[in-house]
Amino acid sequence: MSTPDTRERVDAFPTRRIGGHRVRAGRPFPYGAHPVPGGINFSVYSDRATAMSLVLFERGAAMPMAELEFPPEFRIGSVYAMTVFGLDPENIEYGFRAEGPWNPEEGDRFDSRKVLADPYARLVSGRDVWGEEPDWEDVYPYRSQVPDEDFDWGDDTPLGIPTEDLVIYETHVRGFTRHPSSGVSAPGTYAGLREKIPYLRELGVNCVELLPVFEFDELDNPRTDPVTGERLHNYWGYNTVSFFAPKAGYAATGRFGMQADEFKSLVKELHRAGIEVMLDVVFNHTAEGNEQGPTISFRGLDNATYYMLTPQGEYYNFSGTGNTVNCNHPVVRDFVLSCLRYWVSEYHIDGFRFDLAAILDRAPDGTPLPNPPLLEQLAHDPVLRHTKLIAEAWDAAGLYQVGSFPDYGRWSEWNGKYRDTVRRFIKGEPGLVGELATRMAGSPDLYQGRTSSASVNFITAHDGFTLADLVSYNEKHNEANGESNRDGADDNHSWNCGEEGPSASAHVRELRLRQMKNMLAILLTSQGVPMILAGDEVGRTQLGNNNTYCQDNALSWFDWGLVGANAELLAFAQGLIAFRHAHPVLRSTDHPLGTDRVGSGYPDVSWHGVMAWSPDWSEHSRVLGMMRCGRHAKGGTAPDDHVYVAVNAHWEAHDLELPGLPDGQRWHVYADTGVPLPHGLHPLGAEPPLEHPGRYHLGAHSVVILVGRPADPR
Amino acid sequence: MTVRITARAEGAATVVALQGEINSTTSGGLQAQLLPHVGEGCKVLIDLTAVSYVSSAGLRTLLIVHRRAQQVAARVTLVGLSEEVHFVMSATGFLDFFDIEEDLDSALERAGR
Repeated sequence: MSTPDTRERVDAFPTRRIGGHRVRAGRPFPYGAHPVPGGINFSVYSDRATAMSLVLFERGAAMPMAELEFPPEFRIGSVYAMTVFGLDPENIEYGFRAEGPWNPEEGDRFDSRKVLADPYARLVSGRDVWGEEPDWEDVYPYRSQVPDEDFDWGDDTPLGIPTEDLVIYETHVRGFTRHPSSGVSAPGTYAGLREKIPYLRELGVNCVELLPVFEFDELDNPRTDPVTGERLHNYWGYNTVSFFAPKAGYAATGRFGMQADEFKSLVKELHRAGIEVMLDVVFNHTAEGNEQGPTISFRGLDNATYYMLTPQGEYYNFSGTGNTVNCNHPVVRDFVLSCLRYWVSEYHIDGFRFDLAAILDRAPDGTPLPNPPLLEQLAHDPVLRHTKLIAEAWDAAGLYQVGSFPDYGRWSEWNGKYRDTVRRFIKGEPGLVGELATRMAGSPDLYQGRTSSASVNFITAHDGFTLADLVSYNEKHNEANGESNRDGADDNHSWNCGEEGPSASAHVRELRLRQMKNMLAILLTSQGVPMILAGDEVGRTQLGNNNTYCQDNALSWFDWGLVGANAELLAFAQGLIAFRHAHPVLRSTDHPLGTDRVGSGYPDVSWHGVMAWSPDWSEHSRVLGMMRCGRHAKGGTAPDDHVYVAVNAHWEAHDLELPGLPDGQRWHVYADTGVPLPHGLHPLGAEPPLEHPGRYHLGAHSVVILVGRPADPR
Repeated sequence: MTVRITARAEGAATVVALQGEINSTTSGGLQAQLLPHVGEGCKVLIDLTAVSYVSSAGLRTLLIVHRRAQQVAARVTLVGLSEEVHFVMSATGFLDFFDIEEDLDSALERAGR
């Protein structure tokens, strides 16, 4: 029999008073503000400061209630730590004031007029309700707070779905339900997204990738719409203010400071539905911008530690946004690692997609490192050991590492080459049959020696055209962004199918629908990890705008009316996702070699043209057939049917000779993009056999998916 | 700001009516006052009709009372949640943990069974 230890702690008593508050020397770890018996422990790093104060506000008060300078005895190394007794965590906001030199040439930009946010703040107030006009004169606009961290997770943990089995759905917390048509009780919030989980389940995706949810300022965009004069926002949020804090404005309860609970509740419910949560994280730069930007936190605490600086003390700009985080500085590595560990352990996050990740392997002087310590550390960290790590393997300064990102056997990449190849092939460009085959096989040319889940395959993402716009616009139309259409990518590889923009022509509309189906069909039958942009399954348009980072309006929001209006495309997308889940042969981790590895009499993958076993790799060929031998599924460990996918990007139909099947088996049609529903898609396992075995008439601009299995239905 | 607490017996159940705000300032004292009513096998109705606001700390207090109740096979039901309290509890997932009744009459009726 044991009894609970109710002893008080010896260090639960103050040793002195500073600024009217009872305090004692604190603990340097963990950084940030943490409740301890009787008080709150504050800890902050600065190497070059000459003095540091803790600034305390009553919640919401304009001016501080106290400033407590850290005495020299409260400093260990370069860490200032103090326990303050008698504070109510729920009713205070805190920051720091750092004294130090203003000497940009040496890298120092201290400014003791500023109250600085805690880099480790886990709750932030100041932008509690999305878009609400703040007090622009506030002496401390983004206020660090102390969260409650005793969320009741029950038995929940990150799900650990094998990467190769994921179907990723990239979405925006606000955009997913902000449209009036969403019908949720709290539009545009974590809680709103939670109400749409049944839709995600019906769609069949098992991972949502959320655009940035770390606290950012949606009002930091100075531009206005050139026509309406309305404010443009920072809608996407790739401009982090606080890396440990969930965005309050995405929470229906943000005005009560309960965004952490609301977001955790969303994660827990998604997990319960079998859906993983991946966060798009932006460690390449911060919201402090360049020399002209606001001093929020890092710049005023230790500019030379946190940012990459030129020998003259100016900001390197590998991110294209003004500054570059000094990711491979040991202190910053520690910061990034702590941050990711926190999101995994405290929020049960399943994976991360790193924005402009090539920056993460640059040295403090910008040189790309062959063995970047940050990436190695993340790959082997105990807490992150099963966390998915996905790199956007390029940056804004020309470092392009698709296929060469230092992966340590752990990292996957957004495969930009996959995107471009599928777009160009489907558009009808010549000379791409060979490259399409390589991409559908998991891009072994790029990822040799790695598993095929190194390749995150996508055709569209938040950045660029939506799927519907990819088949409706030849040119971008970004005038509403206020930069005379100069912003956004020009190499979209898009084809409008004959008319720019909305079309009344039945022919054009039918062709567009088919082209969208074609691309989804390729995406979901390719080896690698497919990622779908939210709304593409219902033909969401942005009216040709391929850079809606600033458009917090119907241009970006998911219009739920499309679920009914484009029911055919949605049903087709659902069918394709279900097909992928049902066929492990599409989800192997080994790259196919084109050889028979299990004695089935068929190679793991074989290529075909109009004639079976005779792929036409020539310049003017626009037809490719791919057969996957089901006996090879998951290295021969999972029984599966044979799958045959033929893509015809030609403007004429073709009669295809089909590869023969083992005795007793026949080809059955699962889907044909050229045939309207209901005949263009069949229920899994109830696919009709071909009337003329051995041949298939594939229409112009069409994709067919066949399954080879015993002729007698099971 | 305080929270006032009045308890009365209604048949087999104890009705504990709260009035005011439940926040970090009031929640500690509230917890100490609520727990004695959560005896083994008891039915406790916490009437929040006169509660205007429940903060993060306040929700945690209610959940702790609920967890204590589970340990001793007692049953805690929340009654009379204002629209705003209901909304906050729903958005943050706290609602999922509790037994909730619209009003005292229906709660008593159920408790009597």
